[in-house]
Parts: sequence; C-alpha cells; structure tokens
Amino acid sequence: MTGSILLRGGRVIDPTQSLDEVADVLVVDGKIEAVGARVSGDAKNRDGLETIDCSGLVVSPGFIDVHCHLREPGREEVETIATGARAAVAGGFTAVCAMPNTDPVTDNQAAVGFIIRQASLANGARVYPIGAISVGQKGESLAEFGEMIAAGAVAVSDDGKPVASAHLMRTALEYARTFGIPVADHCEEPTLAHGGAMNEGIVSTRLGLKGIPAEAEEIMAIRDILLARRTNGHVHLCHMSTRGSVELIRWGKDRNINVTAEVCPHHISLTEDAVEGYDTNAKMNPPLRTADDVAALQEAVRDGTIDLIATDHAPHHYDEKEREFAHAPNGIIGLETALAVNVTWLVASEIISLPVLIERMSCAPARVFKLPGGSLRRGTAADVTVFDPSAKWLVEPSKFRSKGRNTPYSGQTLQGRTRYTLVGGRVAHREEA
Amino acid sequence: MTLSLGKDLLGLEPLSGEQIQLILDTAEPFKEISERAIKKVPTLRGATIVNLFFEASTRTRVSFEFAEKRLSADTVNVAASGSSVSKGETLVDTARNLEAMRIDMVVIRHGASGAAQFLAERIESNVINAGDGTHEHPTQGLLDMLTLRDHFGRLDGIKVCIVGDVLHSRVARSNIWGLTKMGAQVGVCGPRSLLPNAIEELPVQVFTRVEEAIEWADALNILRLQLERMTAGYIPSLREYNRVFGVSRERLERAPRDLLILHPGPMNRGVEIDSDVADGPFSVILNQVTNGVAVRMAVLYLLSGGKPELAESAKGGGGR
Repeated sequence: MTGSILLRGGRVIDPTQSLDEVADVLVVDGKIEAVGARVSGDAKNRDGLETIDCSGLVVSPGFIDVHCHLREPGREEVETIATGARAAVAGGFTAVCAMPNTDPVTDNQAAVGFIIRQASLANGARVYPIGAISVGQKGESLAEFGEMIAAGAVAVSDDGKPVASAHLMRTALEYARTFGIPVADHCEEPTLAHGGAMNEGIVSTRLGLKGIPAEAEEIMAIRDILLARRTNGHVHLCHMSTRGSVELIRWGKDRNINVTAEVCPHHISLTEDAVEGYDTNAKMNPPLRTADDVAALQEAVRDGTIDLIATDHAPHHYDEKEREFAHAPNGIIGLETALAVNVTWLVASEIISLPVLIERMSCAPARVFKLPGGSLRRGTAADVTVFDPSAKWLVEPSKFRSKGRNTPYSGQTLQGRTRYTLVGGRVAHREEA
Repeated sequence: MTLSLGKDLLGLEPLSGEQIQLILDTAEPFKEISERAIKKVPTLRGATIVNLFFEASTRTRVSFEFAEKRLSADTVNVAASGSSVSKGETLVDTARNLEAMRIDMVVIRHGASGAAQFLAERIESNVINAGDGTHEHPTQGLLDMLTLRDHFGRLDGIKVCIVGDVLHSRVARSNIWGLTKMGAQVGVCGPRSLLPNAIEELPVQVFTRVEEAIEWADALNILRLQLERMTAGYIPSLREYNRVFGVSRERLERAPRDLLILHPGPMNRGVEIDSDVADGPFSVILNQVTNGVAVRMAVLYLLSGGKPELAESAKGGGGR
C-alpha cells in the first residue's frame, strides 16, 4: 500500500464533523488515521512518513464532480478517461461521475465496465459511470439499470438529450427507485429550445441568435419535480440556470419532494453578456443567463436550495469551437477551473464561507449520489484536497491537463488553487507554490 | 484624426451617427457615376475583392459586383454550392485560402449570425457584411437611409415604421440601429409571434395594428415575409397575414399623410405588400436598388482608405 503521509498545520475543514480548525491529518495505508492538533507527535516515529506542510492551506475532503463528460469511448481525440481523471485531480477532484453520452452510448453493463477498467488505469481521480436512462439515449425504452448498477454505475441520465416523454421519465424514476439511485435530468423542453444558441433576451435579439427561453428549462424542472412527487423517486436536476428553476426547486423541497439540484460554476459567475462578440467558449446548454439569474443561483447555493456544484466539464476540439456561433457545439471544460471560479465568485465575494463551499463540492455530492468520500472521518479512504484559497493565478488553457481548451475564463486571473490531491492516500496531484 | 470606418463594416450597431453620415455623404457623389454612359472610374484599380456568398442572393450580390466594377476593382464571386465549402471546408479555412491569394476585401453573405465578424477577426483583409443570419445587413440599412434622406432631405425627426417579420430580419436590426443613431424615430409593426420578445428593450415604438403604424409613420419599410415562417408555425396563413398586416392602397388612403414606401425585396406581392402600393406613386423601391450601388461604392471606397473629402475628385481619377 501507500506510505504514511502527514498533512501538517493546515486549516482542516470537514463539514461532516463540523470541523474547522488548524490541525494535522495523518494518512496511513490509504485511510484517514487521525485528525487533530497533536497528531504530528504521534506520527513522528513512523517509517517512511512524508510530511507535507499545509500551513496557510485548506485541507478538505476531496471534491466530487457528479457531472462531467470524459468523451471515451468515441471521442478520444477530445478527452480520454485518463486525461479527464488527471484533469480532475489537478482541479482538486478525487472522484468524478462520467456522463453516458459516449459513442457508443453507455447504456449497458459492458460499457459501464469499460469505463471502470479505463479509470483503474488512469492514475487520476476515481471515476463513477452514469448509465443512460434510455437505450441509445433515444428516449424510447429503458436501459438495463440493474445490470449497469451491478457493473458500477451510480446513477442514470440521458444528459445532453432531454427526456421528452413524461411517461418515460415517470417509469425511469420508479424503476430507479427500486435500486435507490438518482435519475439525473437535463431539463430542456425540446420544442421550445429547438435551434436555440443562447439565452433568449435582449442580447440574443441584438446578436440575431435564436434564443432559448428560461421556460424551456423551468417547464421540465417542474415536470420532473411533479413526477418525483408522484413516484417518490429521486430526481436530480442537472445544471440549473434560472431564477424560476430555483423557485420551483424550493417549492418542491418545501413539500418534501425527493428533488436535488446542481449548478455549474459558469452559471454562478457569467451572464449572457459573455456571448457578445460571438464567443463560442460562452456557448453552452443551458445557456448563460442574466445577472438576475446569477444572483438567484448564488443565493440558492448559499441557502442549500441548490444542493451541490458540478462542472458539466465538456471538452470539445479546438476546430469544433472555431466556427460560426450557431454551428459550434455546446459546452466548456470546468474540472481545472471549478474551484477557482467558485472561490472567486462565491467565497471571495462573501456569498458563502469556505465550509459551505466544501459542503457543496464534496459532502453534498457524496450524500446525494450515495458515493464514498466527502468526509475526513477516521477510517475512511483518504480522498483529500489541499488548496490555497487566496492564491491568484492566470488561466492559461495550454497548461490544462484536460485535452480541452474551451474555456471562457482564458486570460482571467482567478483566486483559489489546488496544491495537493490525495486519492486513497496516494498523492495524485502535487503543485508546490 | 479624420473620421474613418475602421477595417470592416460588420453592422450599424457599432457605428456612430458621424460614421453613418460619412458613408451617406460619401455615397452622394458616387450616385452620378451610375448615370454616365461609361460607368467606370479607376478608384479601386488593382484592388482584389472576393464576393463570398454562402446564401443565395441576386440583388445584393449584383449590387456589390456593380459597385466594385464601377470602381475598377478586380472581383471574384464565390458561391457556396459547387465550391470547396460544399465539400465540408470550414469558414476559417475558406477565408485563409482566399487571403493567401492576396485579396484586399471580402464581401460576405452567410446564414449564420456573426459570420462576418468571425471572418473579420481572422483575416487581414477588409470585411464587408452583406447579411449575416438574422443579425445585420448594414449596406441595406444604409441604402434605405440614403433613400429616405433623398426624399425627406433629412433623417432627424422622421418616423419610419418597419413592418413584418422583425424577429428574423437582419434588415430590421440594421434599420433600427442606423435610423435611431441618425435621430429618426423608429416603429416596428407585426404579429407578436414575429416580433422579438425583448423588442421593448430596443429604442422603438411597437405597433400590432398596421393601421396604427400607418397613422403614425412618415415612411414604411415593409419586410419580406419568408414563406417558411408559416410552416414553422409563426403565423397561420399567408392569406390571414395579408388581411391583417398587408400594406394595401385602401389602408394607406386613410393615412393623414402620404407615406413613403420602401421594401428591401424580393417582394411577395399580395402578401406583405399589394401591387398597387409597390407600383404606386409613393414607392421608392427601385430608388433603393439604385442607391444600393452608390452606398456600396462609398463603403468600398472608405474601407479601402479613400479620403471622404476626395470622393468627388475620386470619381475622375486616382484618389486611393
């Protein structure tokens, strides 16, 4: 196994233990052995102990991203499970969930097994596959949830393809409930969103781009919430982008409906104005919305209406984005910028505290998707992120571990930088200041 | 510093009123060239211009081509079908290949909004937007304004109503920006399903009754109704459109004043405009076409570095 590691003198924040104090964390045999003020004394005499000075840094349970696109199998020139898993640890993520819109679609146990095998060779973050809801993501018949879960899938989703049929969504929620997994939905009413390239509003009107109205998301959000009420299934709403969606989720949670929701770093930091100049790196689905939506989403992260932050990491080839706006694909990469975007727009701006950020990036994802991790409790696997919450750095896409370069933050100076990422006690990423 | 247009003409939204005035004033002396027996001056001799048309167009392409030829530029027309574009070449590769042949200007018509700007940011040559998606069609807006100015003697204070499918119209956007910058009042009129939801945030008056627009306006700019809007469910039928929004002589006769009638073409007679209006005494639809050549000559001249004050003499000789 791995040797012992002492993370010394960092600000240890673990919301699952209401812990926020300067302390040491001792990792032995891949597990958390001890957390506390006097750990270093006990650890001194261990053979092969590596001591990492964490003074001035935050020591947190490893971040977990429940929503990313690793493109393998099918688009290995854009990203592979290995490059994605290494980008993840560089961004402080110790585990990621891979969406099933691969080619072929991850809609069966063999496809799930392939992802698990590739991930085991990657030396990066843990990778948990998400299986498709429907065979081929076609929105017609249910994929074999049971077989996929047995092979290692942790949730189901037809992400990228909205589940248009309310009947299929209903049965998916019921069937998934059998196995206790969430159904993650990309909320988009397809006839309203059809052909849209950005948020519908004054900017789309000026630029002459077809808009996607907020209601395209909200109609499906409330449909899913109502179906969760009907079925008692667990619906997880992906990448929420509007004030209306936040209000609908709040409505559902007030009624104890089993709904959880995520938001992406770009939706709490950027508005539709970023599309100005037809910047295809500001094109994603759901689109960037208005300043009012951003404010509502930030508040929802603060008060917990939005449970967690997920990246929707979506690498595309340079050539695919280097074209007319309407023809460019949706999506941006996010694994290596998520922490900094969240620190810059949520923590530095004093909307949430660091413990709340860690809750939304680590504890809540583990809880909502029933994944290991999200805690520094003694005896748990040592998935740990050590980051500098005040370090400022310039976003230079050419330095990313991801194969993707498609980010709207290129050239910006952001705050918050991962220093060490431990996966099962192994230092999977290390960046000395 | 003398006023210039910069490298490209991508739209009227980014231009100032002074820049628009400059183009319109520069167009005046160029009008006369087209009236001569020998319609050619050597102003752009030696310049190479590519007309890159990714969408079918007759009027705009021919108008640009005449403008270029009357200024003695060497021109090449590239249509999307039958070129490398139809073999899957990207816009950026097409542009770079053309530029490698050392061209001076590109006139681009493209179905995607922002295509002209995309091109302009990636090549050194001057780029003129001849219509990009549903974004802008600046030379159409300019020729509409030149035609209005010919008639009213000014743009400041006149009331122009754009009638029809504003939602999908690049002509409407260029007119709204250009006219408001020149001090005109702009109205839009059409069924709500063909007006952008955010129209109220633009500096325009909104009419949903064509009768009210007619009562308000000094001039109507009547947009072509694309037939596919009906199949896409924006309106129930062309027949009803004509009954509710069509500009007819009967409706115009009730107006408190004679309205100038503009249409960017091609017209659907009997749909958005009745023939007796299109061919009537207040129609300046063919003047628009004539002015189109002069405005495009002015834009080509100014972007190529021509001095506005020399435009008059440029007609006779060098000047570039």
